[in-house]
Order: sequence, then C-alpha cells, then structure tokens
Amino acid sequence: MFWNRKKAPTTAGTARAGVLNRLLGDRRLGWIGFAVALLAPFVSATNYSLSVMTSAALFVMLAVGLNIVVGYCGLLDLGYAAFFAIGAYASGILATTYGWSLLATVPVVLVAAVLAGIIIGGPTLRLRSDYLAIVTLGFGEIIRITANNLDVTGGPSGIYGIPGLDLFGLDLSDPVAFYYAVVVIVALAVVGAARLGRSRMGRAWRFIREDEDAAEAMGIHTYKLKLAAYIAGAVWGGLAGILFGAQLTAISPQSFTFLWSALILMAVVLGGMGSTPGVVLGAIFVSLLPELLRDAADYRFFVFGVLLIVVMIFRPQGLWPSTASERAPDRRPDPAEKEEAWQAQ
Amino acid sequence: MAGAVSVSPGGAPSTPPDGGPRPLLDVQDLHLDFGGIKAVDGLSFSAYDGDILSVIGPNGAGKTSAFNCITGFYKPTGGTVLIDGEDITGARPSAIAGRGVSRTFQNLRLFGELTVLDNVRAGMHLRIKQSALDALLHTPRFRRSEREATEEANRWLDFVGLRGDRGGPARNLPYGEQRRVEIARALARGPKLLLLDEPAAGLNHSEKMELLDLLRRISALGVALVLIEHDMGLVMQVSQRIVVLNFGKQIADGTPEEVRRDPAVLEAYLGKDEDEPQAGDTEVPHE
Amino acid sequence: MSQLLWNGLFVGSFYALVALGYSMVYGIIKLLNFAHGDIYMLGAFAGFGLLTMAGAMATSASFLALFVVLLVAMLATGTSGLILERVAYRPLRGAPRLSVLITAVGASFALEYGMRLVAGPNPQVYPIRLEGTTVHVLGARVTLQQLALVAIAILLMIGLQWLIMGTGTGRAMRAISQDPKASLYMGINVNSVIARTFFIGSALAGAAGVMAGAYYGKIDFLMGFLIGLKAFTAAVIGGIGNIKGAMLGGLVLGMLETFGTAWLGGEWRDVFAFGFLILFLTLRPTGLLGERVTERV
Repeated sequence: MFWNRKKAPTTAGTARAGVLNRLLGDRRLGWIGFAVALLAPFVSATNYSLSVMTSAALFVMLAVGLNIVVGYCGLLDLGYAAFFAIGAYASGILATTYGWSLLATVPVVLVAAVLAGIIIGGPTLRLRSDYLAIVTLGFGEIIRITANNLDVTGGPSGIYGIPGLDLFGLDLSDPVAFYYAVVVIVALAVVGAARLGRSRMGRAWRFIREDEDAAEAMGIHTYKLKLAAYIAGAVWGGLAGILFGAQLTAISPQSFTFLWSALILMAVVLGGMGSTPGVVLGAIFVSLLPELLRDAADYRFFVFGVLLIVVMIFRPQGLWPSTASERAPDRRPDPAEKEEAWQAQ
Repeated sequence: MAGAVSVSPGGAPSTPPDGGPRPLLDVQDLHLDFGGIKAVDGLSFSAYDGDILSVIGPNGAGKTSAFNCITGFYKPTGGTVLIDGEDITGARPSAIAGRGVSRTFQNLRLFGELTVLDNVRAGMHLRIKQSALDALLHTPRFRRSEREATEEANRWLDFVGLRGDRGGPARNLPYGEQRRVEIARALARGPKLLLLDEPAAGLNHSEKMELLDLLRRISALGVALVLIEHDMGLVMQVSQRIVVLNFGKQIADGTPEEVRRDPAVLEAYLGKDEDEPQAGDTEVPHE
Repeated sequence: MSQLLWNGLFVGSFYALVALGYSMVYGIIKLLNFAHGDIYMLGAFAGFGLLTMAGAMATSASFLALFVVLLVAMLATGTSGLILERVAYRPLRGAPRLSVLITAVGASFALEYGMRLVAGPNPQVYPIRLEGTTVHVLGARVTLQQLALVAIAILLMIGLQWLIMGTGTGRAMRAISQDPKASLYMGINVNSVIARTFFIGSALAGAAGVMAGAYYGKIDFLMGFLIGLKAFTAAVIGGIGNIKGAMLGGLVLGMLETFGTAWLGGEWRDVFAFGFLILFLTLRPTGLLGERVTERV
C-alpha cells in the first residue's frame, strides 16, 4: 500500500537491488562495510580525516535510529536531533559537573531517552501522522531553546571539557582508538536496528506503515507499537549523543538545530527508507559530501532540498530500496496438509 | 457444525433453545448513527461455533458498518456486541482481534509491499513468543519462534490453496490470489469467529467454486463464519442462516429457504433490481 | 495590560495572515505545506528587491511605495506558490502521506537555501523602516504604522472572506474541501482550484513577509522557519482547515505569546507557543472552531 502508487516503477530497481543483495547477502555486505570502516585509518589517519570518519560513523548511527521511526514504522519525525541533544547533554552534564565517566552515564541517558520518547510520543502518536511531523519539529525547537536558556546546560555557550571515552580503565580518547571504539559501537547499533526490524516487532512496525487498520485487525496494538518504535529511535539517538559529546568535548545548542534533524532525515530518505544498507550508505554520503565538495558548501543544502523532492517524485523507495523477498519453497497445496494446518494451532 | 443459528426478531437477546451452547457472537440491538444517518438501526443476531451465516442486503444497507462495529473499527452508538458472553462493545480493534475475532476487508487490505509470508505472519503477531531482547541477541527462542511462524504461515497458504510466489511482495500476485492471502492472514489469527466482507467480489466462476470449498473447510475447523456477500448463488449454497438488512434495519433472518420466500426480502431486492440491474446479484439458483 | 493586548493583536495579525494559507491548503488537500513559512520569507525578499531597485524614489514616498511593493510582492509569492504546487506537490497527489510530507520538507529546504544562494547568509537591512508617530490608545502605545499594518491585514482578511463566500472560486474551494471526488464529477476543475488556493494563500503570506520586513527592518533566509511553525500552531488552535479559525488562532496565539513573554521572559516565548501547540493537539485536536469528526478508532 505504501509505495505502490505508480504501477511498477520499482520493479526494475528492486530487481537490480535484489540481484545485488543475492550476490552479496545482507550479512556479507555488513562484514564488508565493517572491514572497510576498520581499514579506513590505514588509508589516511590524520586527525582531520579521523574526525571526519568518526562523524560519519556517528551519523550512520543516527540514521539507522531514525530509520526505525521513519523507515520501519512510517512516522515522520522532524525533531530527531532532540534525542541526540538529550543524550549529549545528559551525559555531558554528568561527566563535567559531577565527574562521572561516560560509560556510567549510559543508563541515565537510556532512561532520559525513553522518558523523552514517552513524553513526546505519548500524546502525539494518537494523532494523524502529519500532526506528528510538526509536533516533533516543535519539540526539537523546545529542547534546543531550553538548552539555550537554562544554566545547568551552560546556556548559549553550552558545555565544554567533556572527557574522552574510557571503557573499564581503557583510555580511548586517542583519535584512532576513539574511531575504532565508535566503529564497533555503531556496527552494533546497525546490527541491532536491523535485527529489530526483522523481528516480530519490526514486522508489526511495517504492517502499521503499510496499513494501520489491517494491522489493528490482526491484533496489533498500533499505538503501543508506534510508541515502541519512537522510543527505540530515541534510545539510538540518545546513545549517539554520548559519543558526539565525547568526540567534540564541547556541545552547544547550535549543534542541535533543525538542520541536523533534516540532514538525518535526508540520509534515510535518499538511502532508502527501511533498508539498512541504503540508510548506512545514505548517511555516509550525506555526511561526507561536504568534505568531498568543499566548493559546494554554499549550494549543497539547496541541492539536498531539491533532491528530496526529486526522489519522492521519481524514486520514493530511495536509491537502495529495501527488498521484499525471502526464499520460499514453491509448494503445491496438499490435501493432507490442510488438516495439519489446523492441528498445528 | 453443531450450532444452529438462533435469531430472535424483536431485538431481544437471543437465547439458544433448550439451554444449548452460549452463542459465540451475540449482537444485540446494534445502532450506528453518522450525524443523523442511521447506518445500522437495531441489528440483532447471533452465531455459534462452526456456523456459516451470511449478512445480505442492497448496497448501503449497513452491512459493512455492522462489521466495523463488531470488529471495533466504529464505535456503535447503541447496543452491545458479546463474544463468548463477554461484552466487547467499543473495544479497540486489536483487543477484539485478541478475543479471537478476525476479519477481511471489502477492498483487499493486504500489506502490498511486504512478502506474502509476512502478510500471513501478521495474523500470528499475538502468538509469536519472542521479546525485543530475543531479537537483538538472536536467541534460540527467537530462531525457533521465527521458524515455527514460517512453517505455520506456509501451512495456511497451503490451506487456502495459494499457487503464486510466497517470497515476493503481495501486490505482485493476481487479484484472486491476493484474496486467498487475505483469508490466510485472517485464519492465522487463530480465530473463533471469522468475518469475511465480500470474499467473492471480483472472482471468476471457478475461483468462486474454490472459495465455496474453502469456506466449508474453514467451517469444518470449527470456526464460525459470518460473511457479507452479494453473490446470491454462493450465499444460498453455503449459508446455514441468512440475515437480511435494508436501510440499516434487519428485515429478515432464517434459513436460505425461508429468506428466499420472504416477501420483504423480495421487495427490497426487486426495488434494488430496477436501479442496479445486476443479474448475478439477485439470481437465485436452484440446486 | 492594554499595551499587552495591543502587542498581542499586532503580532497575532501577522500570524493570522500566514496561518490562513496553511489552513486553506490543509483544508482543501490535507497537505501540511512546510514550505509555507518560506513563502513568507520569499515575500520579504521580493519586497526588499523591489524597494532596493526603486531606490531613493521609494523612500521619499514611503507609505505609498510600500503599498505598491506589497501588491507586486503578493503577485510574486502567489506565483511562487503556484509553481511550488505544480512542480512539487501535484505530481504526488494521491501518494502516501509520508512522501508528500517529505517533499514539503524538501521544498522548504530548497527555498531557504536557494534564497541563501541568491541573497547570501547574512541578514539584509530593509530599505525602508516604518518608525512613526506614537499615539496613545486606551493606555497602550501604538504607532500609526502599526495601526496601518493591522488595517492592511484586516482588509486582506475581509477580502479573503469575500472571495471564499462570495465568488465561484470560493464555492469550488469549499466544495473540494468537502468532497474532492464528488467535486470532480460535478465538473469542478479541481487542479485549477487547488492552484488558485495556493496562489491566494501564498500571496497572503507574501504580504505578511513584506510587512514584517518593513516593520522589523531585518530579513534573512531562515526567517520563515519559525513563523511557519507559529502559523501552523495558530491554525491548529483555531481549527485547521477553518478560515475563521486561522484568523482567530493567529490572534489567540499572539495574545498567548505576549502574555507568556510578560510572565516568563522573552527567552521562553517560543517554548511557550510550541507548548500550546502540543497541548491543543492533545486535548482538542480540532481546535477552537473545528468541527468534531466522527469518532473512528
């Protein structure tokens, strides 16, 4: 229901991606990507390139988190940076003011992200989907302005002096070590999101995206599941926020503007909503583009905006669409099995 | 096939004769108003395990509205719906589905972009035992529940006689096959009561014959079937009991034989025949 | 007190003008046009361009010039609204809601950063600045210019009301918002009516943009973002899709904001406004004047 607006513009694309997927396999593709990420510092390991690559990896984590909400469940969240901000601020404040290690802030950030997800998703997920979009946009602004106004968040200048990552006494604040730590964490986040997407819950999200009424009729409590997707997205964003603070050592309200939310959304949409490889590549593309095209800095956001329109009109499933295919034995109905089907219940 | 349908005309709660089994579905004096328009106006009927009951009536008679009230998609403005003696009036559709009520939709509501197997797995949502943690860690429980779900989905697709590709998107199947998938999905819910909204719409003659066979096999599983159908041939052949609606009101109920002779039914249908001359709709075949 | 009321009314009339376009488009095709606030920005820049071109002549007869500029800018933004609808939204009519929303976000982005390419990232100073004689009305300090701007806003709204209730276009718009399919069968050219709706809504937003530029004196390419969000809030408060509701919602939001600012301080103004958005959507999603929809779970 969701994408079949035009007769079959997708068939060619899906067939090609299908062949590609079969050649590579989702899992093998993941390992290749992981290997590329691990080998990248051997190509260039300047502080600058490491910081660019670390940012790209973090961006991947944000994109797969948003993909749970937008790609799997079909809910448009335009304030995703808010969860990112909540994670970064919660861990930043605890680490600087109270001297916690970043690892110790993880449980607090998890709770904060879940709470934020419930507070904003709770009332709004009952509404029409387009209302959700604009409420999340407003929510993103509320968080940013609040961070700007409060003393505990450091006001407009934000928080600085956030310590580096430190895992069980192992210091990971060196750029190379930090990059590898981020790659491993992000890889886990990508695999986790993909696994959720292939589970009972992930299927229910897709059913809701495709046809909410039909999902309800099958016993799926659509409101609860939408809230679950929203909370999952919040958790991914919050955790990425911790790493963001650790990377930059300083955060301020300017880091969490609508521009961020929009860029993450672009990564998801351009890559292919609901498709893990698509979203990962989309995120890398969106975050590396400004580095590759330095001169293009002035018009790249303009190009992104136009691209969003063009993609929605001509290729709504994104550049690397998720494929609906699984191996199924070609079986013929067998009368003996008909009775078994019932007995199996 | 034990239960006979018992419908009391006055809208009073129906009690089975001789202290028989409690009705599985008991609709009492159901009303639904849409801003002054009475879509359903005092409907009462009940159905028992293994029944096949048809709700018929001209277009706009309120059949689908009644279905939507029973399954929770509309909140009725009056009356009660009991499932197994339990009042479910106005509950969430998913809660009603959880009570063992499953349905199909008038205009095919498959998850078109998802695979056929996934569509059927939707019906099993409430029965698949796995948590988010199982999914994240791919525990043995996760693998087992996924394997079992796939096996069961395949069995249901076998049961409805699906011939097409099960691993591809549901929208790629021909229309008749999609109808089968929708029934398989509804059956996978494991219902005690299955409501089918015009299952024969758009099917050709041989597909209708297969549907007839399928409906009887579903009934043999002990599932109570309630269908809305325009194809009178199918209705007369398969139903044990027929409820006739017109303008939201119940104008007749009884065995196919009784309904066929009912003057009120003839009038409603002849009136309809003039402005919508669809021979197939009103044709009453003689077996 | 009366000062706060006046300030609220003044700000509210801007919100109302922008909210009208939001609400009209939503009422007719159920589209949240995220780019609507950016049309307001386009209006401000169109006015800026025209005034700069006219140069000294304009400043000498500032009020008359502003009026002419207002009309030309309205024509320009109306036309951009038409183009936007034709290029971005019409191809997606009947597409899933998510696709259309994402397109609207894309359109908003393209307009903002397109303008950044043209006019640069820094704020521009408006060639004329309306500062004027202050009069005291019931204890409130009111400038004549403020009065004039509110008067223009009210005139535009009266004009719109006449257009919708008294002309064929208006009748067709109301028909489509009731039932697009039936309107098509009745021989209404749905596409052309939708296009006209975009034109009218965008022209009103453009007018608000010029007025805001002339009043506040500074414009930049992101100025439409916040007011778009506020206008949506106003439309929701009044009852989205409802023309009178949008006007009422604009005024109510203007008042709420002014009083909220007086109470909490200016830095919380936007938080206060969006808080109301969320509150209204939760407690009364149909707004003050919206009709109740048949309950559907």
